[in-house]
Formats: sequence, C-alpha cells, structure tokens
Amino acid sequence: MRQSGKVVRITIIGFGNVGGCVAEVLMRRREAFIREYGIDFRVVGVADAKGVFVSEDGIKWDILRSFRERHSISRNTDMSALELIEDVEHDIVVEATPTNLKSGEPGLSHIIAALRASRHVVTSNKGPVALKYDELMNIADAKGVQLRFEATVGGAMPLISLIQNLEGNEVTAIKGVLNGTCNYILTRMYEEKIPFEHALREAQALGIAESDPSQDISGEDTAVKLVILANAVFHMKASLDDVSVQGISEITPEALKLADDAGYTIKLVGEVSRERLEVAPRLVLKGDPLDVRGTLNVATVKTDIAGDITIVGKGAGPKEAASAVLSDMLKICTTEKLR
Amino acid sequence: MRAMKISLDIELKDIPGQLVHALKPISELGGNIISVLHHHNRKTPLGNIPVQVVFEIDERNVETLVQRLKRRGVSVLRVGRERLRSSKIVILIGHIVHSDIRDLIDSIDSTGFAEVVKLSLEMPAIDMKSSASLTISAVNEDKLNEAMEILGDVARKKGIMMISPI
Repeated sequence: MRQSGKVVRITIIGFGNVGGCVAEVLMRRREAFIREYGIDFRVVGVADAKGVFVSEDGIKWDILRSFRERHSISRNTDMSALELIEDVEHDIVVEATPTNLKSGEPGLSHIIAALRASRHVVTSNKGPVALKYDELMNIADAKGVQLRFEATVGGAMPLISLIQNLEGNEVTAIKGVLNGTCNYILTRMYEEKIPFEHALREAQALGIAESDPSQDISGEDTAVKLVILANAVFHMKASLDDVSVQGISEITPEALKLADDAGYTIKLVGEVSRERLEVAPRLVLKGDPLDVRGTLNVATVKTDIAGDITIVGKGAGPKEAASAVLSDMLKICTTEKLR
Repeated sequence: MRAMKISLDIELKDIPGQLVHALKPISELGGNIISVLHHHNRKTPLGNIPVQVVFEIDERNVETLVQRLKRRGVSVLRVGRERLRSSKIVILIGHIVHSDIRDLIDSIDSTGFAEVVKLSLEMPAIDMKSSASLTISAVNEDKLNEAMEILGDVARKKGIMMISPI
C-alpha cells in the first residue's frame, strides 16, 4: 500500500457551496486518493469575494474545515484571485464562482488567466463555457492544458464523459431533462394536481428552487446547457440566441391531466442536434426513458452505431457538482501523468 | 357525387413516365389528387417503387378506377378507404375558446391531408386559461408533421402554447 502520492497542487476559486464541498471531499477522501490513484491533492490557495488565503505548502486541513463550516474564508494576503491564479505555482484551478450569463465574469477572467499560465482548469461555472467555448479551448490547446466542465451540464450525471467515451460513434442528437427544479415542479403538478405557483413555492421551501427561480423556470438554464453541448459535442459555435426557449410557467394541472389521459406526461425537454436547438415543454410517453421523476435529470444520447444511450442522475446541488468536479480533476491527473 | 378520400398503394416500374401513366385514370374519372409519396428508399426485390397516392374521388368511380389501373399494368396493392393512418396528440394551453378554437381545427381540416379527430377540453374557470388535447390524424408521417407545423403557427399567432410529443 502506498503511503504517499504525487503532490498535485490546486486552487479553489469561489468558496461557496460547490467550492466548499470540493474541499470537504478532498479532506475526507485524501487517504483514498493517495491509496487508489497515487495522488496527494494539496489546496495551495482559496479565494472568494472577500479575499484570498494562500499557503504554498498546502493549506492545513483544519483551516479549510473552518472555512467550510463558516461558508467563508478569512484572508491572509492582499493578493487578488487573479494573482493567486497567476503567481502561486500550482497544477489545477477549480473555478467555482457563481454563473453569470451576461459577461461570464468573474469566472471568465479566472479561467483565461489560469489557462494562459498553463494550468489545467476544472469548472462548474456555466457562464464562461457557454459564452466563450472556442476562445477558451484555443488557449487551452495552445498551452497544452485541459479545460474540463462536466459539472456545468447535468450535475452528477457524467454526460460529457459518456460522450467522450463513445469514440467511433457519431453523436447525432442529445435530448433530455436537464433542470432538476423544473422536473420537480412538473412532477408535483402531475402527481398532486396542484397549480404551478403552488408547486414552485413548495420547491422553494424545500431549497430545490432558488428564491429567484426565473433562470430555471424560463428554460434559460436548460438552454445554457444545450449551448455548452452544442459547442463541445457538435462544434456548432452556438450562443444562447440560437436556442428556441419556452419555459414551464404557463403549464396548467389540467394540461397534465389531459396528457395523462392520453398516456403521456409533460417534461421540460432540451434537444440539441445540428438541425435543432430547442427547450420546450414536451409530451413524454409514460414509461419512456425520459420519464424520470422528482429532481432527477436524464439525457438520451443518439448515436449512429450504438443507438440510443440514456443516462439518469441527480442534477442540481452542490454535492452533485462537486462530484463532477472531482471526477474531472482525477481525469486530468490520470491523463496528464500528474501522478 | 359522393366524394371520398382514397389512399392508394401502387408499385411502379423505375422508368420515366410511369407516374403520369398511373395518375392519368384518376384525373380522367374526376379525381382530385391531394398527395403523392414516392418511396424511393423502399424499392421492392423486383426493382419496383412503392408509391402512395391520396386523392378525392366520387365513391362510385373507385371500382372503375382500379380496373383501369390494372388494365394499364399498374400493380395496385391496396385501396385504403380509411386514409388517415398517422396520428399524434398535442396539448394546447391558453384562452383557447375565447380565441376561437374553430380556426385551429379549420387550419388542419382544410389541408385535405389531415384532420382533428379528437378534442378534449378542460376549462377550470371563466377568465382562467383552458387546456385542450387534440388528436390529429394525417395520411402519412410527413403530412402529419406538416399539419403539426401549421397548427403550431396558428397557435403561436393566437398566443396559445402548444406542447407536442418528443
């Protein structure tokens, strides 16, 4: 049994739910990562809106733990997040700041700085990937580093990895339920015959929907994920304006009942192919692979050789995003021989 | 005249002029052709091409037509009187009745190749949006999709949300 592993130094930029959860899992599974992968992750710096905490030998775990418990860091330097990314030697930047769909900032600048400094990047931030995919990938290629973003689409569901593992197949379309909040609301409306507003309030009370749920229920969140898939899988150079988007706020319990009578249910379905970029409520046959309930996400990947492959998993939530971030980090370590 | 819609499946040799040759008796007998669908991708083992013709014709002329076709060497596989073979359901949400549901139904029925065959309506209260499910049938899958697009356009103009199957 190996007792020590190759040291892989990381920074976590954005120490909210996702960033904090990544730190927590790194602490909890440190021994296992050394044992199973030969990798000893050291967090050399963390940053949030309040400042930066840096320790080039690795921040002590009890300090990280206290940051995690307080949901906030205390700074020990005047360094900015960008300076941390550029000036402190490390291998992987975990970019987990909140998504901004207008400018992509501050995540966009963080990612560009990290790639230019030849650091690998793992992000859960949808904004930069949806807005500037080509530009970011070009920098990454030029610098010979990886940018991975599994956490931006489908949470814990390893959709991008699945597609990357379908070598030899041509992916012709991807369709799925990519927003757990909408799926929860529609499931409750279907099961309990309650109006939309009622189901939304319930989701908010349970912490499933945010206090401002507009990005979810308008379909915009699903649209952003389609843009990421369109660019990453179909190389389409798509932007949000290219997606036809319809949300779920107009759906009535009566519509769900009529659908039910005919053997269907209603889901907010996102569909991406070279011909089509669309988010809309659709009729899904009961028992269809896309008929998943509650906050679950699902995606069917249509391929020319393997046929349809469907993947189901927990969509929303910091733990799910952290799971995807960790899986991306380990993939970088194993493919780049960082171990 | 008792007009009737007929869906006719025939097989044609894969040489020029065959289609006109086969369609001529239909017009001679006063038939009105609605759609012709060539299944080039479904050639028979003998190299013939299946063709589906949908048309309106006086019911009394159907037998004569089939005889004339056979006399011309056209092989007739099937004479369908229940012509609507593909169907789909859609859900509509909005002020469906107030914005005149007739227009929606007419937009489909007037195509000649598709019809609204079933309608269920839920009206929870005056001033509230109602919901409807419509079953549309058409002569074939392509025409069905065309009908769905027409319906989608009309619904959009009326501000009615349309939910279609995946």
